[in-house]
Amino acid sequence: MVTKRVKFTFPQELIKEPVIYKLGVDFGIVTNIRRADIRDDMGWVVLELEGESGVVDDGLKWVISTGVRVDPIAGDIIEG
Amino acid sequence: MPHVKCLQCRECKSEYPIEPLNACEFCFGPLEVSYDYDAVAKSVSRKSIESGPNTMWRYHDFLPVEKESAVDISTGFTPLIHAKNLGRQLGLDHLYIKNDSVNPTFSFKDRPVSVTTTKALEFEFEVLACVSTGNLMGSVAAHGAKAGMETMVFYPADLEQGKIQGAAVYGPTMVAVEGTYDQANRFCSELADAHSWAFVNINMRPYYAEGSKTLGYEVAEQLGWKAPDHCVVPGASGELHTKIWKGLEEFQGAGLIDKAKTKMHLAQAEGCAPIVEAFESGNTQVKPVRPRTIAKSLAIGNPAAGPYSLEVLRDTGGTGVFAYENSIIDGIRLLAETEGIFTETAGGVVISSLKRLVKQGKIKKDEVTVAFVTGNGLKTLEAMGDFVAPIETKPDLDTFQTKLSNRRD
Repeated sequence: MVTKRVKFTFPQELIKEPVIYKLGVDFGIVTNIRRADIRDDMGWVVLELEGESGVVDDGLKWVISTGVRVDPIAGDIIEG
Repeated sequence: MPHVKCLQCRECKSEYPIEPLNACEFCFGPLEVSYDYDAVAKSVSRKSIESGPNTMWRYHDFLPVEKESAVDISTGFTPLIHAKNLGRQLGLDHLYIKNDSVNPTFSFKDRPVSVTTTKALEFEFEVLACVSTGNLMGSVAAHGAKAGMETMVFYPADLEQGKIQGAAVYGPTMVAVEGTYDQANRFCSELADAHSWAFVNINMRPYYAEGSKTLGYEVAEQLGWKAPDHCVVPGASGELHTKIWKGLEEFQGAGLIDKAKTKMHLAQAEGCAPIVEAFESGNTQVKPVRPRTIAKSLAIGNPAAGPYSLEVLRDTGGTGVFAYENSIIDGIRLLAETEGIFTETAGGVVISSLKRLVKQGKIKKDEVTVAFVTGNGLKTLEAMGDFVAPIETKPDLDTFQTKLSNRRD
């Protein structure tokens, strides 16, 4: 089992999509939301994911494929 | 480390011991170093600081490390130049350039990296590491060499050779990461979890960020123990902006300067201005963007300290301003041609943004203004393009005089 801490940023058109719910149901990943801010025009959620190693990676690839941005909780860490 | 209390979450205010941690276990918010400011105030004075070394370590009482073990390559106490020529062009009588491009590895990054490397040794890390596309990698490589640590530098595989060589010369292990920027970003975050290394801007981030405060201290001291009316600061993660302000506030709290009424302006490039866009639209959160700017050292689309930088903008009455992409090189040249200072693209962003702030009436003629130039122009020569139009002459005096006359006409 692995845990990953990530930040999902939802564009306006995906705010109503049950992306986190589907991660649990379709991939069997345990999701634990720690902080979130959802507005009319954007939303972000900081959460911990727990599951089998390959499964968590597959789940994150699927999230990215929906158009949700996935980042480390610290944001961009590649500095100039 | 006599005055440090703990690490504290910037969001939920939970407290943690002084360890290599960067995120709160409860809300995953970022951690920041918290100090016993009463003790700091009792231990420092203008005189004690003035009698310190001519480096950033004269401010060690405000830093989260033991000064005796400082990994110091003579960083800081860089010139604050009264920019009379540039000021005349812009209509400012009291314009100053804080020239941090003269640090040992030619950028302000030496400040946070000096603190982080010192802290990494205190924590008994054996490996110093970073993920970077430029200034940070050179600084980490240099400090790792000075500290005698094994040093790992990760960078996107498509990075320019000049930047790679500028870090490789110090002898670190260089690791080129393939894939997109986002893939590299996530990979390096996982690396930090998987290895017991001191990643300067990941697990060591609370200590790393503190080094940038010294820019605020220096400016206040060099202005005769006064805070300026305006600061114009380049914005990438937003951390430098917040820490310069923290530095001014700490000096004020320690009784070293009067109340700081500085307007803390933030300058970003048009092609990567997520904090400025949030400021202009009145948001308290930053919407990530895909960077498309020639100012590579400011190309952070999802800035970690973005919300805190927005707070500083609002608390101080500062303005978030962006420089048009096609004005960045103009800004570099204007500073070079008026003050003899060759800065990198981030400095071009600052000078072009300064011009816009003056034009918008945000900065008045008689106000003391400090523009922060944080990196050397030789680092981004490729961005300058082909702007040189020499007089081409045969080795013949008459030919030269004719061509010179033509040029001057």
